[in-house]
Amino acid sequence: MSQAAVPPYAATLVEAPRPRRRLPLSRSGAAGLTLVALVVTVAVLAPLITPYGPAETDLARSLRPPSRAHPMGTDQLGRDLLTRIVYGARVSLAIGLVTVGVSGAIGLVVGLIAGYLGGAADAVLMRVVDVWLAFPFILLALTVNAILGIGLQNIILTLIITGWVVYARLVRGEVLALRALEYVEAARALGAREGRIIARHLLPNLWTPVIILSSLQVAQFIVAEAAISFLGFGVQPPMASWGNMLNEGKTYIYNAWWMTTFPGVALVLTALGVNLVGDWLRDTLDPRLTT
Amino acid sequence: MLQFVARRLIQAAVVVALALSAVFALQFLAGDPVKLFLPTDTTPKQIEEFRERLGLNDPWLVQYARFMRGALRGDFGRSLRQNEPALGLVLERFPATLSLSGVAMLVALAVAIPVGVLSAARRNSWFDHLGIGATVVGQAVPGFWLGLMLIYVFAVWLRWLPTSGRGTWLHYVMPSITLAAFVAARFARLTRSMMLDVLGQDYIRTARAKGLAPRRVLYRHAFKNASLPIVTLLALQLGQLLGGAVITETIFAWPGVGRLLVQALLNRDFPVVLVGVFLTAVLYSLLNLTADLAYAWLNPRIRYE
Repeated sequence: MSQAAVPPYAATLVEAPRPRRRLPLSRSGAAGLTLVALVVTVAVLAPLITPYGPAETDLARSLRPPSRAHPMGTDQLGRDLLTRIVYGARVSLAIGLVTVGVSGAIGLVVGLIAGYLGGAADAVLMRVVDVWLAFPFILLALTVNAILGIGLQNIILTLIITGWVVYARLVRGEVLALRALEYVEAARALGAREGRIIARHLLPNLWTPVIILSSLQVAQFIVAEAAISFLGFGVQPPMASWGNMLNEGKTYIYNAWWMTTFPGVALVLTALGVNLVGDWLRDTLDPRLTT
Repeated sequence: MLQFVARRLIQAAVVVALALSAVFALQFLAGDPVKLFLPTDTTPKQIEEFRERLGLNDPWLVQYARFMRGALRGDFGRSLRQNEPALGLVLERFPATLSLSGVAMLVALAVAIPVGVLSAARRNSWFDHLGIGATVVGQAVPGFWLGLMLIYVFAVWLRWLPTSGRGTWLHYVMPSITLAAFVAARFARLTRSMMLDVLGQDYIRTARAKGLAPRRVLYRHAFKNASLPIVTLLALQLGQLLGGAVITETIFAWPGVGRLLVQALLNRDFPVVLVGVFLTAVLYSLLNLTADLAYAWLNPRIRYE
């Protein structure tokens, strides 16, 4: 590549007192935040929203269409669909946040090591990254999950194993660009230790791209979990996940449209909200990044 | 340039070999496939014989060497389920996957490029807003849910289209739309932003000033110059379609590699999984390489050392 990505904000020589930035809120950003807030509220307040339990079956009331008692209908075991969707939000959010947090941290460390040390460490780590990137994401995640086995823990583990690479690649690239800047050289010339250079001079400049990437990764991980659970791996019933609810709904698509409709709507609204927030963060914090 | 291609090809080969090793290593974590296959009343002696026949009792290094040697010759062993060469099973499914991905890509481009170009040409019009809205939603709708909704509307409700299988062109409609939606959203967004970039350039103003038809300016002058990243994305997204096919094929019972892989994973039929994953990695790496090369070829300003 010919362009040398030099972040303009990185060119300061003296550590200036950081101004309190307030992010200008766009209309789509506000819509995204509202959606995300809605999903979070629903997930937190789950037991207050619905009188039923997520695994509470009532065979006498199976496959009932939406009604006053069951606003989104019931499934083949008579479980209240709204309840399962609300509890499913907990699963989705927990998976999205945990996986992004852990895989982001791993990717950050790997990227820092590779970018800062260079040489053999860089070569080895980046070949590992290449191997991961030799597969379409969803296929890799599916294969790893099928091999690790089903269940909530394993799907989280799967997404962490498959998800850290994008962070590593991003952070490495940023570090390579930052490392060459004069202020880093100046710090080194002044006798700053490596640890201090990384902590005080590199990390603060890495937060922005990492946060932006994270906001977009959350949606991808949530959808990936749903897709894998939909295929019969991942989170298993009776635990409610939007993906496994859709998988069950598929069987009853001829007589219970609500089973395939509502979990999907929940998933789309969540992904949409998170994506909008991500786009907004990217556009306001760092317009030069494109994904 | 040639040197660059050669180096990248070698790199890709190394990556694929490593990827293959990784998958091979993973299957050791997966537990014993034998217990899943044999009926529960099988005696330990029979299990032992079966393991011996499959070579599962050898040290892992021996198994690995045997596996890699076979892989070089195109021999990945036999499917544990169907007792046929795994490679053949996967290869015979490839045409179905490739034709579906191809059709989906054409659908995506046919929708996305005009939408992107017109959105940019009429920036901030109702068409632009509608287009942006559609692409944002399109990127948030997971393929498998879109597929289910299409089945509900067109197969269950209207009864216009078949829900599964592959035969007539009618069978292509729903799977290709499902597969195309996400890709189309990305293309439309990219086309729009590239067009906006280009439309602000001086030579566009010149072209307009000399009185060329707006349509000609739009497609001949602007789009041609905006299409560079689109070509790059094309190769990358073809690779993504291969991944998306896993889900789409399962929903529509499409007899392609994706569905075969999901079944093989469910059955712990590792030889088939290995071949499928291997071939996908090869194809995917080649597509990524093509994207790089296309980028360099189309834009002479980019030089690779």
